[in-house]
Amino acid sequence: MSLKQLTVFVENKQGSLVAITDNLARHNVNMRALSIADTQEFGILRLIVDDHAAAVKTLSDEGFLINTTAVVGVKIGDEPGKLSKALEVLDNAGINVEYLYAFMARTEKHAYVVLRVADNAAAETALETAGFHLITDADVDKL
Amino acid sequence: MEKRYYQPEIETMPVEDLKKLQSEKLVKQVKHVYENVAYYRDLMDQKGVKPEDIRGIEDLHKLPFLSKADLRDAYPYGLLGKPLKDCVRIHSTSGTTGRRVVAFYTQHDIDLWEDCCARAIVAVGGTDEDVCQVAYGYGLFTGGAGLHGGSHKVGCLTLPMSSGFTDRQIQFMDDLSATILCCTPSYAAYIGETLKEQGYKPEDIPLKAGIFGAEPWTEEMRRNIEATLGIKAYDIYGLTETSGPGVAFECCEQTGMHINEDHFLAEIIDPDTGEVLPEGSKGELVFTALDKEAFPLLRYRTRDICVLSRKPCSCGRTHIKMSKPMGRSDDMMIIRGVNVFPSQIETVLLKEGYQPNYQIVIDRVGNNDTFDVHVEMNPEQFTDTVSGITAQEKALGEAMKTMLGINPKVHLVAPKSIQRSEGKAVRIIDKRKLHD
Repeated sequence: MSLKQLTVFVENKQGSLVAITDNLARHNVNMRALSIADTQEFGILRLIVDDHAAAVKTLSDEGFLINTTAVVGVKIGDEPGKLSKALEVLDNAGINVEYLYAFMARTEKHAYVVLRVADNAAAETALETAGFHLITDADVDKL
Repeated sequence: MEKRYYQPEIETMPVEDLKKLQSEKLVKQVKHVYENVAYYRDLMDQKGVKPEDIRGIEDLHKLPFLSKADLRDAYPYGLLGKPLKDCVRIHSTSGTTGRRVVAFYTQHDIDLWEDCCARAIVAVGGTDEDVCQVAYGYGLFTGGAGLHGGSHKVGCLTLPMSSGFTDRQIQFMDDLSATILCCTPSYAAYIGETLKEQGYKPEDIPLKAGIFGAEPWTEEMRRNIEATLGIKAYDIYGLTETSGPGVAFECCEQTGMHINEDHFLAEIIDPDTGEVLPEGSKGELVFTALDKEAFPLLRYRTRDICVLSRKPCSCGRTHIKMSKPMGRSDDMMIIRGVNVFPSQIETVLLKEGYQPNYQIVIDRVGNNDTFDVHVEMNPEQFTDTVSGITAQEKALGEAMKTMLGINPKVHLVAPKSIQRSEGKAVRIIDKRKLHD
């Protein structure tokens, strides 16, 4: 059910981010969503891409430190209060959100939220029970 | 300063008499070691040397060397020269890997060591009127115990502070009018800065002298400490393997440290060939303990590079002087007064599931050492959260602290990101300028 996120370690030095995006561009990998967590010493780049397998191959061939993380993708209406609603559902179910980021759909009037939680299955059940629509890797390909 | 000595007949003994005394002691000591220390007897047998071949200090070069590797191989009792029932104490220092060096002492050994420390205290002007604040660490480390014992022998009022708790150090220093401070030079500098921050001026504290050792320090640092504390700062040298601080100490001239030659016979060798070099040459310092009983190391290679000089000293002492160590002939680092070997870091990394791809960066900010270890992550160790990575860094730092006794700041970095020169990783970057 869950979405595949590509996570890349980014050294804190000039040019390290562009080295990653360049690499993906050269291999025709399109990015759907992106977020970066940065500390004084390093960054962690999190990506949802259209061709996960190709992205994994090119970045690992180039020696980047990467991993694939299963995250939850949820579709929400593009209007005030919708994200709060989804977060309330998780809160009520006692599910802690480690991080999240969002992206807009190009065609529909919807936003998509990527959630990193400890227990994906529990979060998915809670959200679906509350009427939310989850997105999968197949959906991302079509976006 | 009035010329005063703790043991004048020995400290000012004419050089010829001193050499005669050393020869007599050496002959006796070699016999003692050969009869009691099987490990060294084997080394002598392998070299074809018998105790009767050693008739005086001129025959010293015939004896085999001992190194830190021998201490590891013989751990814990292999170099013991007396039955354990005659031993009264141990001290310990780090080894090159997980195994520590443990040195044993009989009461005789403690006495001669404390005499050496007492000579150092008297050389900086100490008398039974003085209040001696010992802010070296107490415990396995030799610093606290050595100066504490020396202070007792001189008859100083001894403040057994150990290191740390700087506010308390300052309170005792002020309230009890300490006149002599013994600690590492970086801690002395730190106490000086803290005094200044608290509004003290050098003249507010009756401190007159400091005995600072256990880590490298420069002339510049000496001048800084002397200015902030309003004292004269003196160097002291020693190592656990030979007893502890007091093997050599500075006098009022502050131009090198007199080696207590009646107990410790010094040589300078070429670290590559082992050949004995003439006086005045720069090379590795080697010590032979002339009358230690429990841990009687002969020709122990210190790995410290220095120069010896027998130029007459204005203080009247006849014992040979050694320069401050100018470097090491191995890869040992001294960080915050603690001996650290890269091999110890490697041992921890392998144990914790990391590859031994790392880089140690040492710097000195103010007068304190910074200690950073950069470690390349394995792909399977990489997680998608910052907290996950910082938790791994913290756990690795703790594991290193258990091994080393000091806590490095660990930085996990990407694979193959550590600078390599000619294909070989640069393991140590020491930005401190410790040698003038």
